[in-house]
Amino acid sequence: MTSAVSTPLVRLEGVSKVYDTPAGRRTAVDDVSLTVNEGEIVGVIGYSGAGKSTLVRLINALELPTSGRVFVGDSELTALPERSLRAVRQGIGMIFQQFNLFRSRTVAGNVAYPLRVAGLGKAERDARTAELLDFVGLLDRAHSYPEQLSGGQKQRVGIARALATNPRLLLADEATSALDPETTADVLALLKRVNRDLGVTIIVITHEMDAIRAIADRVAVMDSGRIVESGPVYDVFSKPTTPAAARFVRSVLQDRPSPETLTRLRQNHDGRIATVQVAEIPGFIGVVTSAFTGQDVAADLIFGGISELQQRPVGALTYELSGDDARIDAALADLTARGIDWIEEN
Amino acid sequence: MDFFLSNTDVFITAIGQTLFMVVVSIVVAGILGLALGIGLYVFRPGNLLSNRAVFTVLNVVVNIVRPIPFVIFIAAIQPLTTQVVGTTIGPNAAAFALSLAAAFAVSRIVEQSLVGIDPGVIEAARAVGAGPIRIIFTVLIPEGLGPLILGYTFIFVGIVDMSAQAGILGGGGLGDFAVAYGSQRYNWPVVYITVAVIVVIVQLGQFAGNALARKALRR
Repeated sequence: MTSAVSTPLVRLEGVSKVYDTPAGRRTAVDDVSLTVNEGEIVGVIGYSGAGKSTLVRLINALELPTSGRVFVGDSELTALPERSLRAVRQGIGMIFQQFNLFRSRTVAGNVAYPLRVAGLGKAERDARTAELLDFVGLLDRAHSYPEQLSGGQKQRVGIARALATNPRLLLADEATSALDPETTADVLALLKRVNRDLGVTIIVITHEMDAIRAIADRVAVMDSGRIVESGPVYDVFSKPTTPAAARFVRSVLQDRPSPETLTRLRQNHDGRIATVQVAEIPGFIGVVTSAFTGQDVAADLIFGGISELQQRPVGALTYELSGDDARIDAALADLTARGIDWIEEN
Repeated sequence: MDFFLSNTDVFITAIGQTLFMVVVSIVVAGILGLALGIGLYVFRPGNLLSNRAVFTVLNVVVNIVRPIPFVIFIAAIQPLTTQVVGTTIGPNAAAFALSLAAAFAVSRIVEQSLVGIDPGVIEAARAVGAGPIRIIFTVLIPEGLGPLILGYTFIFVGIVDMSAQAGILGGGGLGDFAVAYGSQRYNWPVVYITVAVIVVIVQLGQFAGNALARKALRR
């Protein structure tokens, strides 16, 4: 689903959410501004307690912000009474980490529930339910109860239920965090299909870098209630500028060695240690190697890796450099001249 | 045995009175207590209709009424019983007092059953645009049905117990029968047979409750 013109579907303007708890005031979301365009998949990544779940609930008005404005489509949610918000919520699907299926209803009953709320007649409900279950590949389980399904199947029911009313927007709150890696891949593929085939805009809240890497076009990194970094997934994760983003990158991509790893490396390597960022340059490894050999610097690769993000290479390589100090400096300067980022580890 | 043969109609009437009191109370208390219990649950701060003032009032009222021993409760509300039923003796008056007392007990049982519901499913219902009334009837009650049925069964047994106490205080029924024709006349077989009938009533109720709960929980 690519469109030449990007129309904003969700717009948060300076949104904050403060809770009064017995322990005092707690700011869950701190002055967040975010725009999500029609047809996009946007990831919001952050550790538990970063405010992601609160943020996503502000978008379908399950929570109302303490300050700031929330727009979805043509409506300003922050200006609507509760009754009108219910109509808005009917047009926004949501899926959850723990699936939140109704135990008292069958698979078909779960999927039909939003249609019932929307006031559709039985014939229409049945037809739409069958269509949705077919889409998620669970037509044969229509009469099963949730406890008879596997985790992946439950989430597919959750997705079918969330799509029942043909929403333009789907909110996925840690939708794959309770699933094993293989099932996660299936569910992510399904979400990608929802986006591509049905044109549904998706906001993915997660602490799993893999989920973002697999489906998101853009990503926002949340830390302590704030969005500290955002942009196209490749840009944010190939050159993270904040510690929070860097930690996520390290979780899946080989990045700079952690302080613990560096301590271990130092025990076996006496030379200077520098980490070179992988860049999208033809013959990258050759370029780096020749920069070192050109100055008679012995470069031993001791840590790192190259991976792929949105079909582009990302990663970092850590070298032990031995030789004359001035020549090492010259080699590193040469890298900079060739547009390759590096950092010397201390 | 001779006694039962010559007083069959009195015994049958007593069984009828007990069943009448129990059935009326479980229905009336069931509905009142359900409303009260749902109120306790939804108005609790942080819940569906979070409202500290309403919750506090409900909570305090239930906490004041519920611990009153039933024999004292039935005596204490006699003026009200006279107003509503017209008399303080007989199965109607007893059923009134029973319904009121049981309603408060039911309210806590209902609240406890609802507390066990995963808040996530309520959130899921809110997320598709369901309003509070719809959520109460289409999510809270169906999702809590198994524990609710078990709770009502528990209350049913309690009401049979309370109906015997009400009987002694002029309500009629099997409690009254066991005392008036049994223990006061040292006619122990009458007491034991009456007890046996009460046990059967309780067992049937428990059996039915368990079966329904199993069906609701699909176990």
